Amino acid sequence: MNDKIPIEKKVLSENDRLAAEIRDRLTKKLIVSLNLVSSPGSGKTSLLERTLETLNSRLNMALIAGDVQTENDAMRLIRAGGKIVRPLITGGACHLDAKMVTRTLDELDLTDVDILFIENVGNLVCPSSYDLGEDMKVVLISTTEGDDKPLKYPAMFRRSSALIINKIDLLGLSDFDLDRVKKNAWSINAGLKTFEISCRTGAGLEAWYNWLTHLVAQKKETGAKIR
Amino acid sequence: MHELHIATEIITIVQEEMATRRLSEVKAVGIRLGVLSGVDPEALTFGFEAATIDTPQSGAKLIIERIPVQGRCRSCKKDFQVEEFIFMCPHCCSTDMEITQGEELDVAYLVGE
Repeated sequence: MNDKIPIEKKVLSENDRLAAEIRDRLTKKLIVSLNLVSSPGSGKTSLLERTLETLNSRLNMALIAGDVQTENDAMRLIRAGGKIVRPLITGGACHLDAKMVTRTLDELDLTDVDILFIENVGNLVCPSSYDLGEDMKVVLISTTEGDDKPLKYPAMFRRSSALIINKIDLLGLSDFDLDRVKKNAWSINAGLKTFEISCRTGAGLEAWYNWLTHLVAQKKETGAKIR
Repeated sequence: MHELHIATEIITIVQEEMATRRLSEVKAVGIRLGVLSGVDPEALTFGFEAATIDTPQSGAKLIIERIPVQGRCRSCKKDFQVEEFIFMCPHCCSTDMEITQGEELDVAYLVGE
């Protein structure tokens, strides 16, 4: 018998089911959820540290710090003032998935939380396949990387809603070109909102803080998935 | 790379279908894999072979159909093939578009008895 038996099942249907549950859970509590993705070392943790230092008095933030090994990032976030922080150690997996996030969310008290940051494992490939129930993905790249990065990782840049270009204080020390990286990114995803920042000097961060504050207000007003 | 995890999810689906449909043997698993799925077909095949060693599914082969990226322009409403990851309508040059195919990661069919 060589007939094809139609199955038509999404391989990641179980992940998608759990992600939908997470999304529902967070939406009911009017929590904005952002999935931060980047290559290792682009500055995800630094960005969250700066965000905690500045917005902690204004917004209730919960953070999940994902890594293959160590709780170093979670410790940094707690030292920066994070009150609701959990590490998520994958032990080998190169990405976070909805099952891991569900387990970690169960450990967090989300009462009165305005915004949940999920810091993904540093990797621009695998995390693009896994819905974590977030409102949107925010992709970071830094000026010490190639400005053709968006072209090399189209799936991730296509699926993100915002692009943060970090380490602008180092512009000029490499061939990285700000206009070129934005042109490349917009050729993959014309709707990408962009931020140019330096976590080290603080440059450009005000726009990021304003946007986060706006997202929280929007979520409270509409209760829907924000864009 | 996460293809090993994807392979184990495929095997779980195959096992469930074998039980539901009372199949004693699966010879092939048809996979629909979009170019934008983020999954590499060779790594997936390798992962599947590795993960099925010494299992009832060890004889099964993955047959992967690559799905190219296609989009629909929200401005002129025309469909088009996305070439070289240029996400722009070739008819009217708008970048306001949605992807209509190319992100699939599906078990399409089984061949078995």
